[in-house]
Amino acid sequence: MHPILKLLVQRIALSLLLLLAASAMIFIGTQILPGDVAQSILGQSATPESLANLRAELGLNEPALTRYFDWLFGALQGDLGTALTNGRDIAESLGARLKNTLFLAFWAAVISVPLAIFLGLLAVRYQNRWPDKLISAVTLTSISIPEFLIGYVLMYFISVKLGWFTSVSTIYDSMSLGEKLSAIALPVTVLTLVVLAHMMRMTRAAILNVMQSAYIETAELKGLSMFNIIRKHAFPNAIAPIVNVVMLNLAYLVVGVVVVEVVFVYPGMGQYLVDHVSKRDVPVVQACGLIFAAVYIGLNMVADIVSILANPRLRHPK
Amino acid sequence: MMNNELKHLAARVARKTVSRRDFLGRAGALGVSAVAANSLLADAVKAAGPNKGGHLVQGMGGGESTNTLDPASTASQVPFGNLRHFGETLVGVSENGELTPRLAENIEASDDAKVWTFKIRKDVEFHNGKTMDANDVMRTMERHSNEESKSGALGIMKGIESMKVDGDNFAITLNSPNADLPYLLADYHLVIQPDGGFENPGNGVGTGPYIVEVDEPGVRHVFKKNPNYWGGDVVNYDSSEILVINDATARTAALQSGQVHLINKVEPKVAKLIDRAPGVSVKNVAGRGHYVFIMHCDTAPFDNNELRMALKYAINREEMVDKILRGYGTIGNDLPINAAYPLFDETIPQRKHDIEKAKEHYAKSGHDGSPIVLRVADGAFPGAVDAGALFQESARAAGIPLEIKREPNDGYWSEVWNKQPFCASYWGGRPVQDQMYSTAYLSTADWNDTRFKNPEFDALLNQAKAELDEGKRKAIYSQMANILRDNGGLICPMFNDFVDAVSDKVAGYVLDPNAELSNGFAPVRTWFA
Repeated sequence: MHPILKLLVQRIALSLLLLLAASAMIFIGTQILPGDVAQSILGQSATPESLANLRAELGLNEPALTRYFDWLFGALQGDLGTALTNGRDIAESLGARLKNTLFLAFWAAVISVPLAIFLGLLAVRYQNRWPDKLISAVTLTSISIPEFLIGYVLMYFISVKLGWFTSVSTIYDSMSLGEKLSAIALPVTVLTLVVLAHMMRMTRAAILNVMQSAYIETAELKGLSMFNIIRKHAFPNAIAPIVNVVMLNLAYLVVGVVVVEVVFVYPGMGQYLVDHVSKRDVPVVQACGLIFAAVYIGLNMVADIVSILANPRLRHPK
Repeated sequence: MMNNELKHLAARVARKTVSRRDFLGRAGALGVSAVAANSLLADAVKAAGPNKGGHLVQGMGGGESTNTLDPASTASQVPFGNLRHFGETLVGVSENGELTPRLAENIEASDDAKVWTFKIRKDVEFHNGKTMDANDVMRTMERHSNEESKSGALGIMKGIESMKVDGDNFAITLNSPNADLPYLLADYHLVIQPDGGFENPGNGVGTGPYIVEVDEPGVRHVFKKNPNYWGGDVVNYDSSEILVINDATARTAALQSGQVHLINKVEPKVAKLIDRAPGVSVKNVAGRGHYVFIMHCDTAPFDNNELRMALKYAINREEMVDKILRGYGTIGNDLPINAAYPLFDETIPQRKHDIEKAKEHYAKSGHDGSPIVLRVADGAFPGAVDAGALFQESARAAGIPLEIKREPNDGYWSEVWNKQPFCASYWGGRPVQDQMYSTAYLSTADWNDTRFKNPEFDALLNQAKAELDEGKRKAIYSQMANILRDNGGLICPMFNDFVDAVSDKVAGYVLDPNAELSNGFAPVRTWFA
């Protein structure tokens, strides 16, 4: 077997194993949450009778291990069960929310990834001169401000004062793509500002690091053109760290944007998860946890695979 | 003559040829009180008739993606707002606290207040086309009161001995008399559903003035006007929408940028700023909700009434209303009842912050001086942690050592409230005194969260239930209030206002102490100016 193929198979197997472990952790985690599902659903207005009635109905009296395997096999077949709180099919409600989350993450990524790499290259080109310093200063400032604050500031000026875009980003199926894009303009801007700095700095550092190494100098001395140096020598060696940080930020855009969702009233998965956690709706929490874990593990796996494939030393083993 | 001039002016205001401000100024010059002038104006606007059409959007906090349209599991603001759109109860309670007939045309009680007969309105159609009858009413009441019920109204449905249908009449026989039964049936959970909603409780089919169109829990709920509504053409909008906006700042921004027309839950700390912003105004009304500190009367050291009295005198109620509610509220009197309730005795003396008396009672209690633990969390009521700190300071001035223990919001209602002997809590209030007392101050009540067990109080409560004479009932309630105020485990520093904000585009908003957003009826009562 080709060593790269072996590495890839190992890497994918490792991801699956990790996902299985994550599923167990999620299940255990949801079991040890304080409080009681029935109590949380009924809130302050619960009476002992209505609590007992609800607990029996939700099947909370079966052993945990049985429930874990039932859940796992169900999830493998795409059956995530029904929500305890409102009796809806989880796969269906979650699917709609996941679609929204991916929609927002996609457009944020489409804008932020090329922009970050472009700004990174620009910073390298003008290293230690004013464009480099300006780019770094602006992006580092924007990453340092809490995202909800950027959100509120944009909302106040762009939405309340200027009226250019809406402050409420609720999207639904009957909207056209243009309307949807206009609705998510502000959250996309905030997310771009939040993830830009990390990717930009990493691009800058990675390219600078490579450009200073001896083999680039050798390539220059061989008389290769600048384009060929970058294409054949610099880029393959800089791509691994860049892809890594890009994937990390993509994962963040999918799983970590609950604050932005709340501020802009965006119907994504974050808010969906939080609502169900506070109501102890365990099947939904488990389903969301599993999907978030899969996204994280999956994107990291992609990053590693790209690194493996891009690494000349691995592609051409001695 | 003066009256004629004003009426004429009022009509012109209604037609918008004279501004409201000019009208009120003129009324003042003629020596008419602002209240009288305003009611004159309201009449004129009603006579001119509201505008029709448009799409109303309410931006509301208090909605979750876990919500359902099942009336039985309604517990937060957005599901409540949904019920007000598509559902209806047998009777309603007006903004003045009077019973209003809804799906029941007429109510009759037997002389002992044990048998209640409701004449059910004819020609009322459910949204699925079925005609509503007394059987649907009975099945609905069954679903909320039977043994498997998970309904939030289960507590108030207790005490029903039997129910029966006789033609258009629906009759309830109670185990013991209850003069307030119609008020209990005005509870927002008790929305009449086809066959009681046994088959599909969350399908959103009711008899209300709006029909459910889109139901995306935690996101938005859209309703269109019901063309077959029995009450006729009362709804002014073509369609109405609730947009779930849980973040307070986002809610305010949405109102200011014109994406929504009404919002609920305006934070007291920003209410004054919002009121000054152009195009919107803040509407606040004193409700029956109250922020409380509750002591278990049966647990040491709170089993000692001297200590309870010391704590009641040590709290500074005015300061709490100023600092926690920013003036959007009124001071409490260690009672769960205030002037928003019918039959309230306003002559009960107000308990004041009195360090000397607090010291005196504390000395008499003989407490050993160990810190008294008060558990708080902002989930108990907004600002509870700060209120705890204020209480600690004012108690310290009286030499009473309070220790504030901050609890997580998560699980507060299951782990702390009704379990720990001294904690912060919140009560939303009930439409009538009997219900409030029966829910939380009767010895045997499930939610007796102060463990207040007083046979005399219980006896009076039962006596009042059977008393159909209002004067006598008022006297009994006054007696009970005094007992509770001087012996109970309730420290009630303040009643909070419902604070909404309304865009100037919306006219006809009615202040209603029953609940926020005009008791949830804003989509029915208002119109676009």
